[in-house]
Amino acid sequence: MTAAFRTTAAGRLKGAKPVKISFDGASYAALEGDTLASALLANGVHLMGRSFKYHRPRGVLSAGAEEPNALVGIHRDAARKTPNVRATVQEVYDGLTAVSQNRWPSLAFDVGAVNDIASPMFSAGFYYKTFMWPKAAWKSVYEPTIRASAGLGVAPDKPDPDHYASRYAHCDVLVLGGGAAGLSAALAAAETGARVIIADEQPAVGGALRFETGSTIDSAAGWDWAQATAVKLAAMDNVRVLTRTTAFGYYAQNMVGLVERVSDHLADPGHDLPRERLWQVRAKRVIIATGAIERHMVFDGNDKPGVMLASAGRTYLNHFGVLVGKNVGVFTASDSAYAAAIDLKQAGASIAAIVDLRDNPAGPLIDQARALGIEILSGRTLVRASGNLRVASMTVRATSGGPERTIPVDALLMSAGWTPSVHLFSQSRGKVAFDSATRRFLPGDYAQDCVSVGACSGTDTLADTVKDAVAAGEKAAKAAGLAKTVGTKVKAETSESWAGGMVGAAPGAGPDTTGKAFVDFQNDVTAKDIRLAVREGMRSIEHVKRFTTNGMATDQGKTSNIHGLAIAAEALGKEMPEVGLTTFRAPYTPVTFGSLVNHSKGRLFDPTRRTPFHAQEEKLGAVFEDVGQWKRAWYYPRAGEDMHAAVNRECATVRKAAGIFDASTLGKIEVVGPDAAKFMELMYTNPWEKLESGRCRYGIMLREDGFIYDDGVVGRLAADRFHVTTTTGGAARVMNHMEDYLQTEFPHLDVWLTSISEQWAVIAVQGPKSRDIIAPLVEGIDMSDGAMPHMSVREGKICGVPTRLFRMSFTGERGFEINVPADYAAAVWDAVWAQGQKHGACAYGTEAMHVLRAEKGYIIVGQDTDGTVTPQDAGLDWAVGKKKTDFVGIRGLKRPDLVAKGRKQLVGLRTKDPKVVLEEGAQIVADPKQPIPMKMLGHVTSSYWSENCGRSIALGVVTGGFERMGQTLYVPMPDKVIEVEVVGQVFFDEKGERLHG
Amino acid sequence: MLLIHCPYCDEDRPELEFRNAGEAHIARPENIAEISDEEFAQFFFIRTNPKGLIYERWRHIHGCARFFNAVRDSVSDKFLMTYKAGEKRPTVKAGEKA
Amino acid sequence: MRKYSVFAIAREAMRAHKGWDAQWSSPEPRAEYDVIIVGAGGHGLATAYYLAKNHGITNIAVLEKGWLGGGNTGRNTTIIRSNYLYDESAGIYDHAVKLWDGLSQDLNYNVMYSARGVMMLAHNVHDVQSLKRHVHANRLNGIDNEWMTPEQAKAYCPPLNISPDARYPVVGATLQRRGGTARHDAVAWGYARAASDRGVHIIQNCEVKGIRRSANGHVTGVETSRGFIGAKKVGVVAAGHSSVIMQMADVRMPLESYPLQALVSEPVKPCFPCVVMSNTVHAYISQSDKGELVIGAGTDQYISYSQTGGLHILTHTLDAICEMFPVFSRMKMLRSWGGIVDVTPDRSPILAKTPVPGLYVNCGWGTGGFKATPGSGHVFAHTIANDNPHPINAGFTLERFRSGRLIDEAAAAAVAH
Repeated sequence: MTAAFRTTAAGRLKGAKPVKISFDGASYAALEGDTLASALLANGVHLMGRSFKYHRPRGVLSAGAEEPNALVGIHRDAARKTPNVRATVQEVYDGLTAVSQNRWPSLAFDVGAVNDIASPMFSAGFYYKTFMWPKAAWKSVYEPTIRASAGLGVAPDKPDPDHYASRYAHCDVLVLGGGAAGLSAALAAAETGARVIIADEQPAVGGALRFETGSTIDSAAGWDWAQATAVKLAAMDNVRVLTRTTAFGYYAQNMVGLVERVSDHLADPGHDLPRERLWQVRAKRVIIATGAIERHMVFDGNDKPGVMLASAGRTYLNHFGVLVGKNVGVFTASDSAYAAAIDLKQAGASIAAIVDLRDNPAGPLIDQARALGIEILSGRTLVRASGNLRVASMTVRATSGGPERTIPVDALLMSAGWTPSVHLFSQSRGKVAFDSATRRFLPGDYAQDCVSVGACSGTDTLADTVKDAVAAGEKAAKAAGLAKTVGTKVKAETSESWAGGMVGAAPGAGPDTTGKAFVDFQNDVTAKDIRLAVREGMRSIEHVKRFTTNGMATDQGKTSNIHGLAIAAEALGKEMPEVGLTTFRAPYTPVTFGSLVNHSKGRLFDPTRRTPFHAQEEKLGAVFEDVGQWKRAWYYPRAGEDMHAAVNRECATVRKAAGIFDASTLGKIEVVGPDAAKFMELMYTNPWEKLESGRCRYGIMLREDGFIYDDGVVGRLAADRFHVTTTTGGAARVMNHMEDYLQTEFPHLDVWLTSISEQWAVIAVQGPKSRDIIAPLVEGIDMSDGAMPHMSVREGKICGVPTRLFRMSFTGERGFEINVPADYAAAVWDAVWAQGQKHGACAYGTEAMHVLRAEKGYIIVGQDTDGTVTPQDAGLDWAVGKKKTDFVGIRGLKRPDLVAKGRKQLVGLRTKDPKVVLEEGAQIVADPKQPIPMKMLGHVTSSYWSENCGRSIALGVVTGGFERMGQTLYVPMPDKVIEVEVVGQVFFDEKGERLHG
Repeated sequence: MLLIHCPYCDEDRPELEFRNAGEAHIARPENIAEISDEEFAQFFFIRTNPKGLIYERWRHIHGCARFFNAVRDSVSDKFLMTYKAGEKRPTVKAGEKA
Repeated sequence: MRKYSVFAIAREAMRAHKGWDAQWSSPEPRAEYDVIIVGAGGHGLATAYYLAKNHGITNIAVLEKGWLGGGNTGRNTTIIRSNYLYDESAGIYDHAVKLWDGLSQDLNYNVMYSARGVMMLAHNVHDVQSLKRHVHANRLNGIDNEWMTPEQAKAYCPPLNISPDARYPVVGATLQRRGGTARHDAVAWGYARAASDRGVHIIQNCEVKGIRRSANGHVTGVETSRGFIGAKKVGVVAAGHSSVIMQMADVRMPLESYPLQALVSEPVKPCFPCVVMSNTVHAYISQSDKGELVIGAGTDQYISYSQTGGLHILTHTLDAICEMFPVFSRMKMLRSWGGIVDVTPDRSPILAKTPVPGLYVNCGWGTGGFKATPGSGHVFAHTIANDNPHPINAGFTLERFRSGRLIDEAAAAAVAH
C-alpha cells in the first residue's frame, strides 16, 4: 500500500523497502530511509504534537534538528522509552512505535487546550505575579498544578538496558558538517595527507543538497556529488567519515564533543551495537561548515499543523518523495520559498499563491514561478492562517493594510530567510559580528584555531562556498603541519542563491494586533510576549529570553532567537546588536545522558580496589564495607551471628588469644636518602633524627595551618630509610603532600619518595598469642621481647619470602604487622591462618579494629578529628617535638585561636547507664533543659559496645574537655537525654601492660 | 579539558593527567616559625586570584609526577607557557604567545 | 508600585497587557549616593532592598557590569537548605530560610520558593557519622533535618536506586523538609522591582573600574564606565569578581574563583519530587517547575573567569546522576553552562567590614550562595547601615583568617579514613 501523499514525481526513496510504523496506536506504511515525520506526512498526518503552555495542536515545522514542534516518545519496549524525540530526526524502522506527548486524553482532543482559550491570562511571566495567596496554596495547589501541566514527554521509569560507547580521537583537521562546504574542505585537507575527521548529523552527507536540486558540482547533481565524495573520503586511510554524528560542544583548545547515533535507526540493534557513541576529538584545526537554518515568518496562526518552513516542504518532496499538501500556500520574504513552490508545482501540487512581503521581487526564480502560472501576491502580508487541527486557509492583505482576502490551503510554506549556524563558532568563544546589510550575525573574531566556511559564515553562493572551503581545507592542513597541497579542485557549475529575508514580526503581527504570532513555537512565545517583556523593563536580550522563555525550549531557539531579538530591538528602538545576542551554549542538540556516561556505570562507575587477601576473606564469610574505593572486610559473621555478635566475638578473641586482620589498605611510603631523617623532621611533628634503626614511632602530620592531616606508624629501616604508613584515605594525598614539599620547598634535601602501598600487603596479628602464631613461620628475626620490643621493625623472611615485620599495636595487645610482597600475600595469609587456628585466633574486620582501638583511646584521623583538630586538642601534644625549630604546621599551631582557651578537646565519655551506646555524631551539652537553640559543647566521635569492658565506650570532642574530667554532661536525643561522664581516653588496660604481655 | 605542556616530559598532555596546585611563587618563609599572624595569613590564605594572567602550579601527577609552573590567561584559559619548578618567574604580557 | 495579583492580570488580559509598567526603572546615575552596592545579583539587590526597607536608606545605587541577575544568581541550581553543621552557618542559612518562607508576599513577586525537601545521601559508614552529626546539631539548633533509612529515602524519592549492588549503595539519608528550590530569576527581579520601588537606582551596563579613597583612606566613591560616582559607603557583592573589585582598594582577599558548571535536561512530566545531593558520588539534582531536571556539577580544578568548563566535569556528574538514578540514562542534556564561584579557604562566606573605612564586602559563598540570598542581604544591609555586623554575620569576618577562627564546613565533612 502506498501512502496517499507519496509521489513518484520526486524523491530518493524509490525502491526502498516498505516498513510499518505505529503512531498513537495507528499503523502507517513507511519506507526505509524515511524519518518518522516524512512517513507521517506521506500518510497525510500533520498533527504530531502539542505545545508546552497552550497545548496548541502542532505539526512539523522543519525537516531537521531545529524542530520545535513534532516531538514524540519512542517506545522500543518497557525499558526503552525515550521522550521528546524529534520526529524529523528519528529514522523509521519496521515496527517503530511512537506516541504523542503532552496531551490528555488524546492528541486530537486535548483537555489542556483550555489553556489556549484562557491564554490572555497566561501572558509571559504571568506566574511571577500571582499564585501568592493564600501562601500555603503555592505548595499544595498552584505548584503541583503548574508542574503537571508543564513538562513534555514522560521520563523513563526503568533502568536503561542499552549500552553506550566512547572514543577519544586526535586529528589534524576536524570538519563539522558534511554539506558542500564541509565535503570540499575535507577533501582538500585529506588530499594533503592530513588526518581528517568529518562529521554530519544526517544519515547521509549532503546538507542542503538534500533539497537543493538545482545545484551541480563537478558535472554531477549536487546530492550525487556529495555521496560520491563521501565514498571517496571514506576510502582514504587518513579520513574518518562519521554520519548520524552531531558535534554538540566546542570546548577549550579545540576539543569537540560529538555524539554518534549508532543504532536508534535499526529495527533490531542486537546487543553488540551500542546505542550511541561519544567522540571526544582533539583537532589541530577545526573547520566549521554547519550551514544555515531557515527562519519562519512571524504571523498569527503560523503554528497551525501544515504550516512549515519552505525548505522543509522541499526536503519532504525532493528527498522523501512526500507532498506536504495538494493545495499549498506560500508566505515569504526570501527567494528560497519560490524554489520550494516551483518544485511542488512541478511534482503535481497546486500552489494557491505565493505571498511575498517584498514589493517587487525579481529574479530567475520569480520569473520561473510566474511562468509556471503561480499567482504571486507581492507587497502583501499574511495576517492569519486558520484551521483547527490543520491549516485550512490563509488570509492576505497588502503590507500597508487594506482589505483581506482568504485563500484556502492545506499546507503553507514560509521563509523569512536563513540564519547562519554560528552555534559552534560561538561555543568556541569566538565573537559574532552583526552584518547590518543582511541583518545577520556572522563569525567575527576567532578565539581558537578554527574557521567557518559556507553558509554558516554568510557565503551565499555554492560556487563561492566550495572555493572557500577548498582553500580552508588546504590552509588548515598546512597549519596542522602538512607541507604539500595537491590543488584539489571542486567546482560548482550551477547553484541556487536566494535573495531577501526579514527578521522580526511580519506586517500584520505588529504591536497593535491581538493574534498569536509565534516566535518560539514549543514554548508558546509570541511576538506580543516579547513586546510585553520590553514593556516590563527587560532591556537585555538575556532578560527578554528568561522572562518569556524564548529560545529555551528543546530546540534552544534555532529558529526563534533572531526573530525574538529583532522584535525586542524594535520595541526598544535600538539596533539588534545593542540589545545583544544570547549566548549559545552546549549542547547544540540535546545529548543523551547515557552517551555521556558511557562505560562509567555500575561496577565501572568507580574502580573497586581489593586487597591481595580479598579471596581469603570472602572464603571466611567476610562482610565488606566501602572505604573510599576499597572493599574492606568489615566483620566475619559465623552461622547465626549478627554484626553485633560477630564483632563482640572478634573483639574478645583478640584479647583472649589473637586476631588476624588485613591492614593492606594503609598507605605506605618509603622515604630514602641521606637527608631522609631531615625530611621526616619537617613533615611530621615528631623528632626523627634520634630514632634508632629498627625502631618505630607514631607520627603526626599537620597541614601548614596546624591541624592534623594524617597519622601513622613509621619504622626506621636504616639511617637513610624510613617505612612510613599513612591512613587508608590519606595514602594518595600524603604522598602528594610530601612530594610537593620535597620538590618545591625543600628541593635541597637529598631524598626519594616511593609509594609502596601496593607492593606490600599487610597482615596484622594482634593478641597475646600473636608471637606464638607467627614465630614458627619467621626466619632470620629474633622475636624475643628483648631483641624485638614493642615499636620495632625487622627485615627477614616469613614462609620463605621477604618480610618487613613490625612489632606494633593498634589494639593495645602484643601485636605484629607482617608486610609481605603482594604477590606472595595470599600464601602467607593461609600459613598464618593455619597457625592461628592452632591458637584459637580468629579473623577480625574493621569494625572490631575500631572497637579495640577505641578501648585504648587510639584516634582515627577523619573520625575523631575533622580537619579542625590540633595535636593538643587530640591529647597528642606529647608527639609534637618541643625543641624542633621547624616542621610543617609549626606556625599555624601558634595562631591565636588555636591556642585559645575553650577549644574542643578529645576525651572519653562514659554513659551513666553502661548499657546505653551513644550515637556517633550526637551532640553534647551541659544543660539539657536549656531552650533551643542549645549551646553545644561538642559531639560524640566514636562510640561502641565494648564486650571487653562489659559496657559502652565513647570518645568525643568537648569544649574545654581536659578540664572537665569527672563532670556530668548530657547528650540530648530526640526521645531521651543521655547522661555521660567525662573521662580519660583510655578504657582498657590503662597502663598499657598488655602491649608487652 | 585543557591541554597542558609538561616542561619535564616536553609533551602536550590532557588535563586528566594533571593536578592543579594553586598559585605559584609563594615561597614558604624560611623563618616560618617566627613570622607574625598577619604574615602567616598572607602566606597561607591570601591569594592573587587574578582575572588575566595567572601564575600557577601544576603537577603531572599521572605522568612524570613533577610539579611545575604555568602562566595562563584566566579569562581565555589559554596557556602562555609552562616552566620548571625553581625557575624564575617569567615576565609575560597578556596576549603574548609563548 | 502596582500590586501584582490575579486580579491585576485579569484586568490586563482585557487590554492586551498594555498597562504593565517596567518592573524596575533604569535611571541615569546621580553624582553621589549614600551607599553604592557593586553587583546587581540576588545578594546585592537584596542588600539594597533591606537597606531601604529596614534602615531607611534609599539613596542607593546598585551598579552592575552586565545585566541584573546575570551572574551566579541566574546560573545556579537554586537549592535552598539550612542544615549546616556549625552554629554560625546554621544561623545565617536558617535566617535565610525563614525569609524565603514569605518572600513572595514580602516582595509581591512570586519567587516560587518550593519546600520540596532536600535529601542528602550517605553511602558509607563515614557518611553516616558525618550526616548524623549534622542531624543532631541541627535539631539542637532548631533546624529540621531528619534521618532516613534507604527505604524511607526511596519512598520519598521513588527514582532513587537503593540496590545494595550499586557501586556505592545508599545506606541512609537525611531530609530537610523546609529545604527546596526557588526560581532564580524571580529572586533577582523581585528584589530589583521592590528596591526600585523604594527609590533604589539599579544601573546596569555600568562597570566599576576603580575605588576612590580620601587621603585618610576612607572610601569616597567608585570610578565606573559611566564616570565617577560618589558614596561614603560601598558594599562589594560581586561573587566571582569580588577579589578583582577589592583589589581596586588594595585589599587582597582569601578567595579563589573557579568555574562551576550545571546543566538541565529536556523537560518531562513530574518525575522527581525533591532535591537530592550526594557528596560522596558528587552530584545534586532536582526538577524545575518547567519539568527540566536541574543538575549541578563540581568545579573545575583551576582558577578561571571564563564561565566555561571542561566536558569531563559534566560527564563525571552525569555518571553520578545515572548511578543514583539509572532510570534517567535515556534523558537528554538540553543546556549546560558555567558560573564563576569565589571560594574561601574554609568554604564559608565573608560578610564583613574591611580594613578600608566605608568599604564592606559580601563574598566567598562558593558553590552555595543562592540559598542564603535573603539572609545575606538582610544582615549585610545591617552591617552597612550600622557600620557593625549583625550578630548573625559577626563570625564571617576577614579577620578569622588571621586568628584561625575558621568556620570550616568543608573540614567538618572530612574525607573518609
